[in-house]
Amino acid sequence: MEVQKAIISVIGIDRVGIIYSVSKLLAENNVNIFDISQTLLKDIFTMIMIVDISNSTVDFDTLKHNLNKLGEQMGLKIDIQKEDIFRAMHRL
Amino acid sequence: MGFAFNEIEETIRMVQSEKLDIRTITMGISLRDCTGNSYEEISNKIYDKITKKAENLVKVANDLEAEFGIPIVNKRISVTPIAIVADKLKSKEEFVNVAKTLDAAAKAVGVNFIGGYSALVHKGFTDGDLHLIDSIPEALAATERVCSSVNVATTKAGINMDAVAIMGKIVKKTAMLTKENDGIGAAKLVVFCNAPEDNPFMAGAFHGIGEGECVINVGVSGPGVVFAALSKLDNQADFGQISETIKKTSFKITRAGELIGRLAAKRLNTSFGILDLSLAPTPEIGDSIANILEAMGLSKCGTHGTTAALALLNDAVKKGGVMASSYVGGLSGAFIPVSEDSGMISAVEAGAISLEKLEAMTCVCSVGLDMIAIPGDTPEETISAIIADEMAIGMINKKTTAVRVIPAPGKKVGDHIEFGGLLGHAPIMKVNNFSSEIFVKRGGRIPAPLHSLNN
Repeated sequence: MEVQKAIISVIGIDRVGIIYSVSKLLAENNVNIFDISQTLLKDIFTMIMIVDISNSTVDFDTLKHNLNKLGEQMGLKIDIQKEDIFRAMHRL
Repeated sequence: MGFAFNEIEETIRMVQSEKLDIRTITMGISLRDCTGNSYEEISNKIYDKITKKAENLVKVANDLEAEFGIPIVNKRISVTPIAIVADKLKSKEEFVNVAKTLDAAAKAVGVNFIGGYSALVHKGFTDGDLHLIDSIPEALAATERVCSSVNVATTKAGINMDAVAIMGKIVKKTAMLTKENDGIGAAKLVVFCNAPEDNPFMAGAFHGIGEGECVINVGVSGPGVVFAALSKLDNQADFGQISETIKKTSFKITRAGELIGRLAAKRLNTSFGILDLSLAPTPEIGDSIANILEAMGLSKCGTHGTTAALALLNDAVKKGGVMASSYVGGLSGAFIPVSEDSGMISAVEAGAISLEKLEAMTCVCSVGLDMIAIPGDTPEETISAIIADEMAIGMINKKTTAVRVIPAPGKKVGDHIEFGGLLGHAPIMKVNNFSSEIFVKRGGRIPAPLHSLNN
């Protein structure tokens, strides 16, 4: 099956276990992580993950909902967007 | 190819804090095959066609919104001007019933507005046109989602001053019939010069007769993003740099719009029509055209220099956008409505901007006098004269102009009207109190202009 990439963004106050929790949720849904980059912008934890959702066991809406819910539990803003939008905006 | 951290971060920031959105996905549906001899026949055909074609419009738009994380604020429908479809109807009551059908169809598919309760009368009226125009006040008062527009002038035909005279009355009556809601009916009615056939923005959207069976037109918008980009420039940046910054931003938001528009068309089995490169404000703080002009160095929108700033903005948005999409159409200019823009409202309240300055600003951008509240006792001839002035600007400058004024029933200068939502609120603006009655009552047509000896 064709690789379908999505980009996950995690923004919020830094704490222990953010990467663990997000990765755990992704592993549970069979979403493979290609790349992770994270940084602290003015004390705000910012993480961006590039993932492959083509073999995900749940559909996109459910995955998005689960990530949003995890974000609420952890006091973070977690979102997922399909990669095409970044390609459209930043690549000719 | 991978993405740099800052590219991803920029897109996320544009959406989350700078209010980048797709302002509208508008499905244009031809109703040319829905004519008939009776109101029942026409209405049944219209209802069936709209509910079939647009059945999945809202769902597809919602899916795209979730997948790409960019809000799609409005899902709308535009249809063939109803005066053409229902030209055979013989009374205004029958036309009002057609409007109710449109409203019911819009509700059934879940769109918030349906445009096309329209007539094109720049050169003359058919009987159907006259019945439709006559029915507009009742039609807009009796429906919730129907939007109406009347094209009364073009560069090639001149200005139909009989239509201009009638529209002054119609605007006033429409406001009166919706007086319990501050005249909201008039907010759903636009008078045009050179109306575009593929404009996805309400209230002036209709599916032109040169259009295909069913198309998806998209309106992108991003005043917040443009404002944020300009705010990062220092006071020493020259106009070349300002223009460059707007172009780059416009390019990116246009590309986002094109992607969403093409995907929407594909999933709905229709064709992709156009992308409208307009910057459209919302009443939210930070999503204002006036603030962009102020970011160029004007202390308040409306002061001297505002027209020049708007000209630069409009041109730069088009230059950036045209590079990003090959199918640009619609209005493609900055919207400068008063009630829908927090910066404009503030400028009116501060006394920085007048109706006259707004009129001057419309010479350099599309749209025209938009969402402007005027005193409820403004004579209908004065409203017609305001329309005539704006039509003349469009006619002579070969561009689209429009008038959407709200003579707020019972209100006077200093009062406010409140619509809520995207329509916002507006302070009542002063109009010139000297009469234009004799001028408006002459009737006939102002001839089309000569375009060789330009000045």
